[in-house]
Amino acid sequence: MNAIPFDLNSIWFLLVGALFTGYAMLDGFDLGIGALYLFTKKDEERRLLLNSIGPVWDGNEVWLVTGGGALFAAFPDVYATVFSGFYLALILLLAALIFRGVAIEFRSKQPMRWWRQTWDVSFAGGSVLAALLIGVALGNIAWGVPLDQHGEFAGTFLGLLTPYPLLVGITVVALFMMHGAIYGVMKTEGELHDKLREWTRRCIIFFVICAVTLTMATLLYVPHMAARMRANPWLFSVALLNMLSIANVPREFHHGRDRMAFVSSCGTIITLMALFALNIFPNLVFSPQHPENSLTIYNAASSPKTLGVMLVIAGIGVPAVAAYTVCIYWIFRGKVKLDRVSY
Amino acid sequence: MVWPVMDVLTLSRIQFGATIAFHYIYPPLSIGLGLLLVIMEALWLKTGNNLYHQMARFWTRVFALTFAIGVATGIVMEFEFGTNWATYSRFVGDVFGSALAAEGIFAFFLESGFLAVLLFGWEKVGRKTHFFSTCMVCLGAHFSAVWIVVANSWMQTPAGYHLVGHGLLTRAEITNFWQLVFNPSTVQRLGHTVCGAWCAGAFFVVSVSAWYLLKGRHVDFARKSLKLGLFAALGASLLQAATGHLSAQGVAKNQPAKLAAFEGLYDTVSNAPLVLAGYVDEKRERVVGLAAPGLLSFLAHNNFHTPVIGLHEFKPEDRPPVTASFLFFHAMVGLGMAMIGLAALGFLYFHHGSLPQRRWLLWLLVVAVLLPQLANQMGWFAAEVGRQPWIVYGLMRTPEGISAVVKANTVIASLVLFTLIYFLLFAVFIYLLNDKIQHGPHADDLVPAGKLALPIVQPATEERK
Repeated sequence: MNAIPFDLNSIWFLLVGALFTGYAMLDGFDLGIGALYLFTKKDEERRLLLNSIGPVWDGNEVWLVTGGGALFAAFPDVYATVFSGFYLALILLLAALIFRGVAIEFRSKQPMRWWRQTWDVSFAGGSVLAALLIGVALGNIAWGVPLDQHGEFAGTFLGLLTPYPLLVGITVVALFMMHGAIYGVMKTEGELHDKLREWTRRCIIFFVICAVTLTMATLLYVPHMAARMRANPWLFSVALLNMLSIANVPREFHHGRDRMAFVSSCGTIITLMALFALNIFPNLVFSPQHPENSLTIYNAASSPKTLGVMLVIAGIGVPAVAAYTVCIYWIFRGKVKLDRVSY
Repeated sequence: MVWPVMDVLTLSRIQFGATIAFHYIYPPLSIGLGLLLVIMEALWLKTGNNLYHQMARFWTRVFALTFAIGVATGIVMEFEFGTNWATYSRFVGDVFGSALAAEGIFAFFLESGFLAVLLFGWEKVGRKTHFFSTCMVCLGAHFSAVWIVVANSWMQTPAGYHLVGHGLLTRAEITNFWQLVFNPSTVQRLGHTVCGAWCAGAFFVVSVSAWYLLKGRHVDFARKSLKLGLFAALGASLLQAATGHLSAQGVAKNQPAKLAAFEGLYDTVSNAPLVLAGYVDEKRERVVGLAAPGLLSFLAHNNFHTPVIGLHEFKPEDRPPVTASFLFFHAMVGLGMAMIGLAALGFLYFHHGSLPQRRWLLWLLVVAVLLPQLANQMGWFAAEVGRQPWIVYGLMRTPEGISAVVKANTVIASLVLFTLIYFLLFAVFIYLLNDKIQHGPHADDLVPAGKLALPIVQPATEERK
């Protein structure tokens, strides 16, 4: 794969990847806020954290829905194999996303202590579980998934919970916590801001440890990934870019340039996803035992006609979405304050 | 205790039916309330009467609650095609997936993006920007109806596709995108679905307002809301009957077995009767009950004498379940008629000025919130059960669509989980909704604050020039 072919299938590989990357970058910070949420005990601080993501978490989750829809439309066999194969994991992910979503909405509607505690735990637990499961799914795709000759999943639920995917899961949790903490620093002031600053430092360390461990594990135990890197030395530049992004996060943060630290954190997510995507390309689901059963961007794709129609739809829709998403983030810029319409 | 033995197919059907039915409580409310919010804010901008501002604020809070559960339960639907109906997904992904992806790009982003401004942007943006955002949320909600009905209508009346491959590898591919989008049943079914959603929103506003009037609370607010709600309820329920008629004609033409099942019609006859009340005796293949002769022929073909195709024209294995289709369809029609009657009565007495004295009618209007909800459910049940035994009409049978690798006990696990979560969600929803209604509109919403308080630059004089 020295030269990446420029065809509709590759473009859709890129687009689906871009949607999931957008999801990780955006929902990543609000899942991260969820993971950090229980570390503060004060009701007002919890409300501030909730309201820092209040207007946007819902739109962030749409990236996942649209990513799923794009996968369904562009690569139906991948959608069918992965969703039916990862059945229980995905049902758990749904439960986690339901609980954290409604918890945001419900939590501050009643003053009772038990009420708020319950939804606080739902919000935090749902956020951590969702991040973990997303990472485990990603880890399994990277590790390779057993497929039969019809391209159907040939493994078990417990077979998905092996050490490598779990390590990816923990790394994603760490990444989102760091990402969320920096977002929180940008959105808050005063005491909570100082707390989040301290948490960010710890989260960066936690993430760097995970990232280093994951890199070692990948090179040692995932031979097809390592082989791909050896065969395509230019891939190393993406890995290098990724390392520089990660290193730049504490650098910017140390100098108090929080916004740049957040941008670097976004860069970390983008380069990680790019590294992952370039390593599996043109496979979407790689079957290590029987590589001939793997689902690729060619054997699992919709017809060229459909990919073309969908490209027109994306061409109209995506710029519009980007434009008004930017506007909406701009309307809610600045530090979060509690007012009458807050959660 | 011995568990009844159920296979993956039955369990998957129960799970999909249950999760979609629960989900479908919420989107119609979002669509209907969304439209009413647009009208309220438009009236506020036009008249400057702050009562409309108070109305918009109150109903927005209710809207937020329904929207949150709608989103949470909606993601489940998108995942379930892949988890439980993987073979179906492989077969239709090229066509059906495109409609779902378009829904994400065109509808969900628009809805959820501008929802931020609608809910949290009061006092942060000017009146016009806020009004624009409300319009976009409403438009997004309607777009989502468009694309999901396009997708579902393609399952009812497939068009714009061809079949590729053989045996297990057969799949449908798009040949003409616009034929897919405007397949033979899209337009009338979309009209009927959206009117049903408007009814849900309108009767919801009517119900809460009528209750305030009964209790003598927030009387000015309640009167204005009731007036708007009744007007919308009457308009929407009348349109609902009209689109229902068009929809029935579409079914007669495109899915005659479904129409025959709706009416329990076994023999092809001219002057086909419309059953007003009764039940189907499936053993003797006839309907017991009261029927209006010729009316079905008229409804289906605009002519009392045109024959209507009966179930005997179809092989037994190609017929939908008759009793269920019949019941769902007639329940829907009955509820629809009741909605028209109640809305008309309420509207009449409201304009006569005597509605506040007619407590029995107000009580009926309070309960009437259930009518469109039940009618929407019954209507979808009729549409989907009537499509059986096909998952894609004429192309793929429902049992062929399930996931090959999913086991029954796995589906039992997810079904139990969803049941528990959804009961909990529903209980919390009702609890919080009741709480919001008990609190009522905030008095200080009568005075717009923040940027909303700024007088708008008067464009009215310019427009008149």
